[in-house]
Amino acid sequence: MSSTPAFSDEELARIRAGFPILSRTVRDGRPLVYLDSGATSQRYAGALDAERAFSEEVNAAVHRGAHQLSEEATDRYEGARAVVAGFVGGATDEVVFTKNATESLNLVAYGFSNSVAGQAKDPRLALGPGDEILITEMEHHANLVPWQELAHRTGATLRWVGVTDDGRLDLDGVHGPALDELLTERTKVFAFTHVSNVLGTVNPVRRLTEAARAVGALTVLDACQSAPHLALDVADLGVDFAAFSGHKMYGPTGVGALWGRHELLAAMPPFITGGSMIETVRMERTTYAAPPQRFEAGSPNAAQAVGLAAAIEWLQELGMDRVHAHELALTDRLLAGLAQRPWVRVVGPVDTTDRGSAVAFVVEGVHAHDVGQVLDDQGVEARVGHHCAWPLHRRMKATATTRASLAAYTTPAEVDALLGALDRVPDVFGVAS
Amino acid sequence: MDLYQELILEHSKRPHHAGLRQPFGAEVHHVNPTCGDEVTLRVDVEGEGLEAVVRDVSYDALGCSISTASTSVLTDEVIGHTVREAMTTHEAMRRMLTSKGEDAGDEDVLGDGVAFAGVAKYPARVKCALLGWMAFTDALHRAGIDTTSDTTSDTSTAVGTSTAADVTKTAP
Repeated sequence: MSSTPAFSDEELARIRAGFPILSRTVRDGRPLVYLDSGATSQRYAGALDAERAFSEEVNAAVHRGAHQLSEEATDRYEGARAVVAGFVGGATDEVVFTKNATESLNLVAYGFSNSVAGQAKDPRLALGPGDEILITEMEHHANLVPWQELAHRTGATLRWVGVTDDGRLDLDGVHGPALDELLTERTKVFAFTHVSNVLGTVNPVRRLTEAARAVGALTVLDACQSAPHLALDVADLGVDFAAFSGHKMYGPTGVGALWGRHELLAAMPPFITGGSMIETVRMERTTYAAPPQRFEAGSPNAAQAVGLAAAIEWLQELGMDRVHAHELALTDRLLAGLAQRPWVRVVGPVDTTDRGSAVAFVVEGVHAHDVGQVLDDQGVEARVGHHCAWPLHRRMKATATTRASLAAYTTPAEVDALLGALDRVPDVFGVAS
Repeated sequence: MDLYQELILEHSKRPHHAGLRQPFGAEVHHVNPTCGDEVTLRVDVEGEGLEAVVRDVSYDALGCSISTASTSVLTDEVIGHTVREAMTTHEAMRRMLTSKGEDAGDEDVLGDGVAFAGVAKYPARVKCALLGWMAFTDALHRAGIDTTSDTTSDTSTAVGTSTAADVTKTAP
């Protein structure tokens, strides 16, 4: 555990004041204990204010028209892009605003297949029979289905790195092929998550990107579960692309981002086409704008992008090292509490080594839906199901799990509330405790 | 918690008519994609259309207590009954579950199914309670049974046994 301290009670109170929803009650007056930030975080009031201010003060079409409002709207939108870029350690023209991380990942996947069909023929992006796409068994469906579909469209083969019983990538081939058997000169792209949304596992990104670079494969990082929780530096991690969603990092829904190395974005054909992404249009043929505009067809979600930037600036003020330390201390508290309950099986790493703050578990003999219902009855809002990672659940021999996911505003008392609420589960369903 | 009636817990721990049996006219596999619950269900029917008799419903279910218990109650309520009766029960069950708590259900029509009235207050669980029923109707169709003809008049009869408010809301 790091020496950076968790948030003090005073700091937490100040943080929580920025999230009015946290003081509401649910289910007949019980205080809300929100432990589902991994699905969607609550929205920082300053982000909502920024979104509203954009609409009330400068709203106009961005990148169009020469009038003052449009100039000011464009300034705020592009200012938001600079904030996002700074947050991940990239250049401003390397950040593409999307609808969410799912769109960001599809943008890259379609970049590959459009390269086959369209104008650009960069050999790194050209995929066909004999080529391979590598993913992992712990991916969220958003970083799995687009690659499956890409394989179908191009004739390339999809392969995946397995997961060990304790919820780590099976890089050494304990249960199946090792990384060096899977990652070969046939591999054109290796897409993997930074932090598992189910297991909480933090993957060894640098090791994976170095191995990929050695065989000439491009890397795509799903950073949805890392961007809100730990300091992210794309250059240091050595990835080629990274995707994340605004609504998981205290910002609005409807906005996400893709960071991509500029020369790769420049070599990549567009995903969605139309207005704003063009250079010249004739009836026969269109040439494309340079990135990032090439990938932002149509009127963008400018107000939401501005809201996301405000959320990011707030996170930067808190300090990502503090956020991470706080969440890790709470994760430690939660894991220790679960370990005292032998009727609970944690699905994923059971200590805080290389771990994020999503904790999934199974109550033996009780379905996750029923666990979640008993928690909800006591005001504890956790997620139940397969959390968009169905193959991973099959691998971990769980039909469904209950998942608590923590955030900067989570308190130690909320972790204790979850543990206390959980103790009612064996009683209700008559299983051994 | 009023959701987990003793009857539901009983059915979920010891589901009636569980297991897959011969003979059967059709087998279906249904999943609830949001939670991964699965049921494989077989029907054995004799006869034609709504007058056909459900001789057996057998199943293998992997799910929460609500979906397991609901499928168990379903078998109690439909085995030995005509398809017409089964469809009436299904419709009454669906109406109760989607009423947001306004329709308490009629025990004469639903049998143990009335224990699921509390589910209606939890919209996320309605799908769980209907999983077995959706599988059952699908299996009937696959077994060549037309469950649609003549159900409208039958349904409104069933509605008539419930409250007047329900009739106005659900009558076609």
